[in-house]
Amino acid sequence: MQETIEKTREEVQRLAAVNEILERNNYDQSRLIPILQQVQEVFKYLPKDAITYVATSLDLPVAHVYGVATFYAHFSLNPKGKHIIRLCDGTACHVKKSSGIREKLYEKLGLSDDNRTSSDLMFTVDIVSCLGACGLAPVMVVDEVVHGQATPELAAELIDKIRAEESAA
Amino acid sequence: MTDTKKLTVNGLEVEFTDERNLLEVIRKAGIDLPTFCYHSELSIYGACRLCLVLVEGRGIMAACSTAPAEGMVIHTETKELREMRKINIELLLANHDRECTTCSKSAVCALQNIARRLGVHDVRFKSPKRTDPIDTSSPSLDRNPNKCILCGDCVRVCSEIQGIGAIDFANRGSNARVAPAFNADLGKVECVNCGQCAAVCPTGALLPHDDTEKVWNALYDCSKTVVVQIAPSVRVGLGEMFGCKVGENVAGKLVAALKLMGFKYVYDTNFTADMTIFEEATEFIDRFTKKEKLPLFTSCCPAWVKYAESYFPEFLPNISSCRSPQGMFGAVAQEVLPQQLGCKREDLVVVSIMPCTAKKFEAKLPKLATNGKPDVDIVITTVEVGRMIHSMGIDLNDLEPQAFDMPMGLATGGGVIFGASGGVMEAALRFAVEKITGETLKNVDFKMVRGMNNRKTATLNVAGNEVKVAVVYGLAAAKKLLNEIKSGESQFDFVEVMACPGGCISGGGQPYGATNEIRKQRQNGLYTIDATSQLKKSQENYMVDKCYAEHLGGGAGSHKAHELLHTRYQNRSQLFDAKLPIIRGTKDNRLAVTVTIPTKGDNAAATELLGAVSQYVKESGYADSVDLDAAFTAENVNCVTVDCEEIAASIDSVKEAIEKGVKAL
Ligand code: SF4
Ligand code: SF4
Ligand code: SF4
Ligand code: FES
Ligand code: FES
Repeated sequence: MQETIEKTREEVQRLAAVNEILERNNYDQSRLIPILQQVQEVFKYLPKDAITYVATSLDLPVAHVYGVATFYAHFSLNPKGKHIIRLCDGTACHVKKSSGIREKLYEKLGLSDDNRTSSDLMFTVDIVSCLGACGLAPVMVVDEVVHGQATPELAAELIDKIRAEESAA
Repeated sequence: MTDTKKLTVNGLEVEFTDERNLLEVIRKAGIDLPTFCYHSELSIYGACRLCLVLVEGRGIMAACSTAPAEGMVIHTETKELREMRKINIELLLANHDRECTTCSKSAVCALQNIARRLGVHDVRFKSPKRTDPIDTSSPSLDRNPNKCILCGDCVRVCSEIQGIGAIDFANRGSNARVAPAFNADLGKVECVNCGQCAAVCPTGALLPHDDTEKVWNALYDCSKTVVVQIAPSVRVGLGEMFGCKVGENVAGKLVAALKLMGFKYVYDTNFTADMTIFEEATEFIDRFTKKEKLPLFTSCCPAWVKYAESYFPEFLPNISSCRSPQGMFGAVAQEVLPQQLGCKREDLVVVSIMPCTAKKFEAKLPKLATNGKPDVDIVITTVEVGRMIHSMGIDLNDLEPQAFDMPMGLATGGGVIFGASGGVMEAALRFAVEKITGETLKNVDFKMVRGMNNRKTATLNVAGNEVKVAVVYGLAAAKKLLNEIKSGESQFDFVEVMACPGGCISGGGQPYGATNEIRKQRQNGLYTIDATSQLKKSQENYMVDKCYAEHLGGGAGSHKAHELLHTRYQNRSQLFDAKLPIIRGTKDNRLAVTVTIPTKGDNAAATELLGAVSQYVKESGYADSVDLDAAFTAENVNCVTVDCEEIAASIDSVKEAIEKGVKAL
């Protein structure tokens, strides 16, 4: 009983954050995209319950909000891992064999093009286009730290390091 | 007066006035430009690029989204245009599951027809076979994404006409699809099963679910007594599949065809439409005299009922508790026929022929069943029965008309006009006005509620009382009216709502291709039957009287009548809330229990209640058989449902409902 009540309170708090965003945007249907962006900032992705909740609060069909959320590439409907790895696949990085790094990351984390978040929700690998640091190609950004002239070996090392830190914590 | 202007199409001068776009002007000139994404009742989308024309001095443009102007010079058949149209079709076909021979849309399919018309003999583009799963979760409609050409017609009908938006575009690029939110099953979302999306879909991507095999199997089973009821609108729609004049009444020929098929008895849903009037008008008079739970809303349209259950639960007490005529027929048939026909109840098969896809959904509602056996066993649409007749190799036109079987074959004009928007209201008024005034009603026509206007209102003076009535069709129009009633801006005593444009005559199960002109002619067909009937008021149906006397407790409103002819409604509004699963049962059959938690304001009581419910479910040992969810809403409501039925928000009543529900699983 206590557990259920706790869980429920947590969810109310989660949604309170959405309520706040909706209020800030005056429940304005035409502000759907900024609203979803702000929701994504809070949760790091667009959880199903938040999409439904935004739709009903704005009096919009859920299918419409889902359509918008799946149309724009910068929205993600899947949870992101705790650590975000952004790997550049822009022209320069591609030429310098970023694909080898990608394969290494996928292999080490059990990922694929369709599934970019590890099952323990520790890592998400985002493949992005030019990061504007072509001189350093191939470029990979791990938790906002830029690594130039990256190699598959470096990628493996960085992952091992994070894992070690996590299990020590 | 609008001025007449002129433009030239393929060298011919064409006059126009207030046409919204070039396409309408060109069609007026007798040139049927092919289109997928244009429907005069819907907004303009401009995506299919088939309606391309050359406007001299301006270049190639989409006719549907170009305004006509004085002096324009237009060509529709240049080499370039023909080639562009063909390529557009080829591109669509390249990406299309082209199994025409096994597709039920074949022969009325716009894609197939246009490809043939334009002479597309080869598809020069290759693309991988599409293998999206087919969604058959809905009792009313099948959704085959592999046949979708993304014209968006269904999306616009659902949002613009029905105000729902159950399906929309999702994803982008080559992954773009039309689908319910989260690609969920159509049968599990807010879709009200009206079938209007299928009615505009140019291909076989959305089709009414086919139940004809079940009917054949019942007919072939010698141990069964198979009877059938025919809804009013079927008789003025079916003929279109056999080249009859639009709106022609083919009831007699249909009866003959059904007898050939092997149906033992053929009855008329109009009989129970008359019975509906006995019950519903009595209900109205009662509420009107007491000034209680007004306005009264009609309940014949299951799409409207599901809509109200989902979006306006606060109005559920206002909806007439009468079953639809189909539902009443089922109940009366199960009660009366086994004895009358000398068969066992379990051997009686009741089939319905309906213009409506939502009626398939309705017939499956557990509350419209007796001891687990549905009162109506199988529902097929007008188109399905047409196909059954085709498959027998007979032409409806060659058959000698036959009469419906008695007693449930007798009906009045009041019953038959149920199929047209305004018909239920008119029939109810013929009953109520006569009863309230105590005088014979001489002029039975209430023309102000007829016609193709989606909102008709009237104020009548009945024995010194003002009676305000409204008739709407299309759930978007209903939504507007409901909001006005809610805010106090409008006030009515009696409201008829039908989901489909013009009423059931253009239900999702009627022959494909209805336009407002066709709808009008189908409506006229029904009013002609009414005008030529000797009995025009439902209360004159003496067979209904007899049925009440012998089987239904003497008269309208009796206890027995209430038991058989009425129903109750569910609160489906939690469908839209964000959910948090609390308990997930493991058995196949589980009871859904949902507690609403308001996210704003005081939710302590609701949270406590949810906690207590979860504890009870675990301790009672029902955890295997229950799915318990918390539903979060920004609105300030406290709602608890068990199996979609709203329960008082107290732990004792919830316990009781769960116990009852689990035992009934
Ligand atoms: S939708 Fe039309 S073109 Fe496609 S398979 Fe069916 S009949 Fe053929
Ligand atoms: S059946 Fe009606 S409610 Fe359902 S998706 Fe189609 S148009 Fe919308
Ligand atoms: S208006 Fe008639 S045909 Fe349309 S959904 Fe309602 S009952 Fe069915
Ligand atoms: S291509 Fe990778 S940083 Fe520019
Ligand atoms: S009808 Fe004009 S683009 Fe489809």
